[in-house]
Amino acid sequence: MDNNTKRNEPWREELRKSIKNKERADKSRVHMRELPADYRNKNNEEVNCGLTKEEALNEAKRCLDCPAPSCTNGCPVGIDIPQFIKNIERGEILEAAKIIKQTSALPAVCSRVCPQEKQCEAECIYAQKMGKEAVAIGYLERFAADYERESGQMAVPECAPSNGIKVAAVGSGPAGLAFASDMAKRGYSVTVFEALHEIGGVLKYGIPEFRLPNSIIDVEIEMLKKLGVEIVTNCIVGKTITFEDLQAQGYKALFVGSGAGLPRFMHIPGENLIGVMSSNEYLTRINLMGALRDGDTPVLSGKNVAIIGGGNTAMDAVRTAKRLGAEHAMIVYRRSEAEMPARVEEIKHAKEEGVEFMPLHNPIEYIGDEKGRVKQMRLQKMELGEPDASGRRSPVEIPGAIETIDVDTVIVSIGVSPNPLVPSSIKDLEVSKWGTITVNDGMQSSIPTIFAGGDIVRGGATVILAMGDGRRAAAAMDEYLKSC
Amino acid sequence: MNRILKKEHFSPNVLHFEVEAPQIAKTRKAGHFVLVKVGEKGERIPLTIAASDPVKGSISLVVQRVGVSSAKLCDLNEGDYITDLVGPLGKATHIENYGTVVCAGGGVGVAPLLPIVEAMKKAGNRVITVLAARSKDLVILEEQMRANSDEVIVMTDDGSYGKQGLVTAGIEEVLLREKVDMCVTVGPAIMMKFVALLTKKYNVPTMASLNTIMVDGTGMCGACRITVGGKIKFVCVDGPEFDAHEVDFDEMQMRLSSYKEIETEAMKHYIETAAI
Ligand SMILES: Cc1cc2nc3c(=O)[nH]c(=O)nc-3n(C[C@H](O)[C@H](O)[C@H](O)COP(=O)(O)OP(=O)(O)OC[C@H]3O[C@@H](n4cnc5c(N)ncnc54)[C@H](O)[C@@H]3O)c2cc1C
Ligand SMILES: Cc1cc2nc3c(=O)[nH]c(=O)nc-3n(C[C@H](O)[C@H](O)[C@H](O)COP(=O)(O)OP(=O)(O)OC[C@H]3O[C@@H](n4cnc5c(N)ncnc54)[C@H](O)[C@@H]3O)c2cc1C
Ligand code: SF4
Ligand code: SF4
Ligand code: FES
Repeated sequence: MDNNTKRNEPWREELRKSIKNKERADKSRVHMRELPADYRNKNNEEVNCGLTKEEALNEAKRCLDCPAPSCTNGCPVGIDIPQFIKNIERGEILEAAKIIKQTSALPAVCSRVCPQEKQCEAECIYAQKMGKEAVAIGYLERFAADYERESGQMAVPECAPSNGIKVAAVGSGPAGLAFASDMAKRGYSVTVFEALHEIGGVLKYGIPEFRLPNSIIDVEIEMLKKLGVEIVTNCIVGKTITFEDLQAQGYKALFVGSGAGLPRFMHIPGENLIGVMSSNEYLTRINLMGALRDGDTPVLSGKNVAIIGGGNTAMDAVRTAKRLGAEHAMIVYRRSEAEMPARVEEIKHAKEEGVEFMPLHNPIEYIGDEKGRVKQMRLQKMELGEPDASGRRSPVEIPGAIETIDVDTVIVSIGVSPNPLVPSSIKDLEVSKWGTITVNDGMQSSIPTIFAGGDIVRGGATVILAMGDGRRAAAAMDEYLKSC
Repeated sequence: MNRILKKEHFSPNVLHFEVEAPQIAKTRKAGHFVLVKVGEKGERIPLTIAASDPVKGSISLVVQRVGVSSAKLCDLNEGDYITDLVGPLGKATHIENYGTVVCAGGGVGVAPLLPIVEAMKKAGNRVITVLAARSKDLVILEEQMRANSDEVIVMTDDGSYGKQGLVTAGIEEVLLREKVDMCVTVGPAIMMKFVALLTKKYNVPTMASLNTIMVDGTGMCGACRITVGGKIKFVCVDGPEFDAHEVDFDEMQMRLSSYKEIETEAMKHYIETAAI
């Protein structure tokens, strides 16, 4: 059934007519309940509390069920948004969840971490043409996914009969998990190899629990196991086991979803002082290794913590620092707040939690004490100049405007480069000058049996794009293997 | 997997483990290391693969008890399982026939030196090994080193065994006596620093194997970073071996002390609770 025939189903027509569009449009957007800022900034509980069924049904009524819904164009995996929202409106929540899952492998995750205001919600007619707040698509998606999970009636997707063909995924981030799920549904025997001792990639070691609880990822992983996917942790493809080994073991094709991993540094004086670290190190010690909770791994997190950068990772790090007791948790960013790449909600939450923002500042030097621990940083003040290649106005130094502030912990969060482990261990695999794996539209690399997707192909991207890549690669690999 | 097949003491605080790890045993080379985690909430610590038996599917680790995480490993017994074990990591040592090679190890560095000594010997080098320790009872792996070296010089700080003096005195003795083509050194940062200063004076190319703090061991976090020739390098993926004449050992030593206070506290706590 294509979208239009579905839209013309009697129940949906009736639902549309039941409330006038004017009345729908006059409703104001739901506000999701959040834990109070001065409570949540001391613990790891999820900040966003989700919608009640009543709130969700009400918000669903705002959606106009547009004949040519522009919102779906904004979703990288093309979820049939009005179809799932109208099912919520009529109370068929499990049906709504099923519709989302037709195109998204991890709805409970994406609805929590997608930058909706730049994607689906940006394209909603409310935002585009009516000058109003978009339908809360992300909240509704989360409601449907959570409802299904909590109902205990999570549908195990149907699998095609086993075809006995072995394929492998490298990495268990969103790209690898989405790939594995789709291939299992197509009847393949799938093994996921993960370098770390935990499954989930950035979802586990990067994004903190106050934004994405681990229990939610674990449910998705359980689901994969129910589909028959085998997961091998502590196994580094290219080191523990080579591509040739995998071939010899009968794997017919490989999907590389090894992510971006290598943290960038600024190469300024004092950057190797004690207390200066990458956001990957900081977040990994805390999220993956349980530092300061129940783990043996220590972490340095002081009273004056500066995070360098303005992306999601920077916001996660700064909000974590606040939770670990920082008196001053600061975002130091070289452009202005308008240029920050982080999700709008993350910036808002950080501010509510007492995070200080220092836009238009750029560190130029760190100064240490006699033991080598960072104690101060020198900041160059900036102003905005002409737009650069990315279309953002580029920061320019204000000559002589330098200030020194006290810090005892600095977290450098200025981006990551693609993990070279896999590319460098496979002969003849084509990579770009940035080190990302080169692929065609079907995510196929220069070696026909190797596909790739997610951050290892895109550099730093998003969960939903990584997941979409995994799914596209699965479809293309299936085609390819059938044609061999 | 990860089952401890054999455990023995080399000295009161240095243990030798043979661990089941068939895949790693097959692919590992001299210079490679593994990351080991004991318990669900354990810390990931790097340990050099001292030897392997691909037929038996096992690897050997030589572990010195220094803090909580190494102690937790040392307290495991034959038949126990190491919760997580991943590897082989790092770049393999560049082994070739250089001619005469001096291998100098001290403290925690002696264990990681053993596979290098073995490989250098196998490649046809004349291998002179200098082992340094504070006193006689801290000298480890002497027998294994002798089996793979043309000569072993033992140095102790207090002169209780071998010759009295620091590792550098042992190396200089060789440098004064004969032409040395390559030096490899593994040990505490301060020791490697002085070895590097010495061999620089004699113009002997020198490799140092660095034992920085690590978390993931795959290049993802940067905890292991150091400065080599003015550039940032990650020991876990770019190393662990580097040109000793280019390494900033002072910085490395400083970075190694990052968690000193926390570690000392944790060890006190571990000993107290273990005693109960
Ligand atoms: C702190 C943080 C916050 C973020 N917040 C958001 C957000 O709010 N919204 C959003 O959309 N995106 C966010 N992102 C970005 C998003 O998480 C990534 O784009 C996404 O996770 C990429 O997925 P991936 O599957 O390509 O790789 P990853 O999630 O990086 O997973 C790769 C996995 O592969 C493993 N691996 C690597 N090499 C090997 C090997 N050789 N063998 C075996 N395994 C290997 C790694 O250990 C890792 O587990 C955030 C990122 C970070 C770091
Ligand atoms: C590539 C590599 C290979 C290694 N191979 C071996 C090996 O084969 N056998 C072995 O016993 N150890 C080896 N180490 C060192 C080992 O990883 C550390 O001893 C261990 O991490 C200490 O953890 P801990 O919690 O027990 O001690 P901690 O509580 O972390 O430290 C206690 C004290 O020990 C000292 N210390 C801590 N870390 C190191 C270190 N990395 N090097 C030297 N001293 C340290 C410090 O004085 C510290 O205060 C290696 C390290 C690296 C990076
Ligand atoms: S997956 Fe992301 S972009 Fe797509 S509808 Fe859901 S929240 Fe919007
Ligand atoms: S554009 Fe907005 S109103 Fe229209 S279908 Fe999509 S969500 Fe509903
Ligand atoms: S240990 Fe994390 S980058 Fe080397």
